[in-house]
Amino acid sequence: MLSIKNLNVKLEEEDKQILKGVNLEIEPGSVHAIMGPNGSGKSTLSYVLSGKDGYEVTEGSATLEGTDLLDMEPEERAAAGLFLAFQYPVEIPGVGNMTFLRTAVNAQRKARGEDEMSAAEFLKLVRAKAKDLKIDADMLKRPVNMGFSGGEKKRNEILQMAMLEPKMCILDETDSGLDVDAMKLVSEGVNALRSEGRSFLVITHYQRLLDHIKPDVVHIMADGRIVKSGGPELALEVENNGYADILAEVA
Amino acid sequence: MGDLAPKTDAVDMIIAGREITASGWSQTARHEALSRLRAMGLPDRRDEYWKFTRPDTLTQAVAPEAAVFDNDEAPLFDGLDRLKIVFVDGVFDVGASDDLTLEGVTIERLATSTSDLHWARDIYGVLETNGQTPVQRPLAALNTACATDGILIHVTGKASKPISLVYIHKSETSDAILHHCIKLDAGADLTVLENGPAAARFNKVMEVDIADGAAFHHVRAQGRDHERRAATHLFARLGTESHFNSFTLSVNGVLTRNEAVVELNGNDAKATVAGACLGDGNFHHDDTVFITHDAVNCQSRQVFKKVLRNGAVGVFQGKILVKEGAQKTDGYQISQSLLLDGDSQFLAKPELEIYADDVICSHGSTSGAIDEDALFYLRARGISEGEATDLLTLSFLAEAVDEIEDEKLKEEILTRLTSWLARRR
Repeated sequence: MLSIKNLNVKLEEEDKQILKGVNLEIEPGSVHAIMGPNGSGKSTLSYVLSGKDGYEVTEGSATLEGTDLLDMEPEERAAAGLFLAFQYPVEIPGVGNMTFLRTAVNAQRKARGEDEMSAAEFLKLVRAKAKDLKIDADMLKRPVNMGFSGGEKKRNEILQMAMLEPKMCILDETDSGLDVDAMKLVSEGVNALRSEGRSFLVITHYQRLLDHIKPDVVHIMADGRIVKSGGPELALEVENNGYADILAEVA
Repeated sequence: MGDLAPKTDAVDMIIAGREITASGWSQTARHEALSRLRAMGLPDRRDEYWKFTRPDTLTQAVAPEAAVFDNDEAPLFDGLDRLKIVFVDGVFDVGASDDLTLEGVTIERLATSTSDLHWARDIYGVLETNGQTPVQRPLAALNTACATDGILIHVTGKASKPISLVYIHKSETSDAILHHCIKLDAGADLTVLENGPAAARFNKVMEVDIADGAAFHHVRAQGRDHERRAATHLFARLGTESHFNSFTLSVNGVLTRNEAVVELNGNDAKATVAGACLGDGNFHHDDTVFITHDAVNCQSRQVFKKVLRNGAVGVFQGKILVKEGAQKTDGYQISQSLLLDGDSQFLAKPELEIYADDVICSHGSTSGAIDEDALFYLRARGISEGEATDLLTLSFLAEAVDEIEDEKLKEEILTRLTSWLARRR
């Protein structure tokens, strides 16, 4: 599904190398988790994959189902099936959440040469999906993320994911700012979307989220590289011993 | 004050050949206006009030030519139930206009109103004169002196439908001067719509006298005719518990100066002046607003939003004057621009002048670019850069459009804005 080879990335504005040769293969239907200390490059990886400005790829490649991602505009990547659940979802005053969702769904359909979804069809679908995530009518009507609590913002991200039905979902610290109940709700939303044709890359600091979203593979990232990969037990090791032991071991 | 000679010479040149000594009830007002104009002279670039907008092309004797824009859209407000009054290059078009009859309302043309004791004598040029202090508005005096036509509307009750003034531009050299007077009796209610480019050069004055408890709603659209020029003045006088709401949408037009001069004379009155504009290229748009609070417990709002690109210039000069004794005044003013590139300019001069001690007044002015984080967020969801920019632009303008009270009219304006944004992508 997602194939990252020797990805080297520096900041455009300053001469600072953030990713120093990331290699990652994610198979269809699998859930990978990336853990790592602050500043290891986890969020940069998610931004580079989704096409945010400000980064320069100096070496390496990233492909989605064999298609080069790095050459595409962010909207093309989205239409190709990539989705980033933001760590800090952006508030957009004046744009209604529903309008936003519908514009996004139809823009992607149009880009893929599919028919646009009718207003009635869309409404039915969004109501059903919103209900599962306990998103009420008021949240759908309000401007995008305006006045939403931390938990509401993350639930709104998952709603977008559910509506857009991407193939490759990147969750960037989706657990940050969530209480236990909200984390459960969000995880259930994610788990409901797990399927054979859909892969996940879950970026997190803590093992906690991985109790709910069970990964197939866990990677430890440090200083711009993936330094260790393993099964779910690797996350438990981090939880119990911290990163220091693992980093010392691979150093 | 300096040397007035060049300014008064300009007056002689612009009034030469124009009919001023029309007979009838407005004759006195016209001659007085001419005297006012001669005393003031026409504005020039040295005037503080015209610091950001060059008046030359508005004051020169002959209007600069303006190609007629071939508009393929259905005219705005077409689908609404309304009483339509059409002017083509400033000339009343009887064939295209509806019958000037509406229950509870008398409607007449300025050019054909003959009664010597006409009600409009108490309004025509009167509100304009009041509006000449403390800031001079010579183009409005020119209008009072030289207007060739206009509509006189007297409302006694609640008008059953809006009166819609449609201004069509057909001649490249037209130089139109129209003057409307509107009188709302106590408790009356009227909506006036205006749309169209009007002429190569358009000088328009609208004087609105709103009696106690009456309500006046105004929605205006100055469309996509690129080369047109316009100087408009809206003078309003508000009685006790009366209500005034005016919204203007402007798109393109090489030069537009819209002045709104509002006097809150009765207690508990409310006034809103709002505008949204979309400027591209050699576009210069100036909103100049002067609101005077001269009574107790009145509210006023000024909400102006401008989206500018490719070197377009937006100007806002807004003032709230709170006179002595105008306690419990609530005055609000915001002017904001969205600059889509580095070539565009927004020039703002917000002013407060307050002589009462128990008031709330706030003003703010901002200039900014599209929010990059918001743009990326929308694009990451599959929305193209162009469509995402439009969505953010529309959301920026929506705050001003929101000031329109009537939901149908609000929808009409938003729909039009959306299609304009899409077609210029």
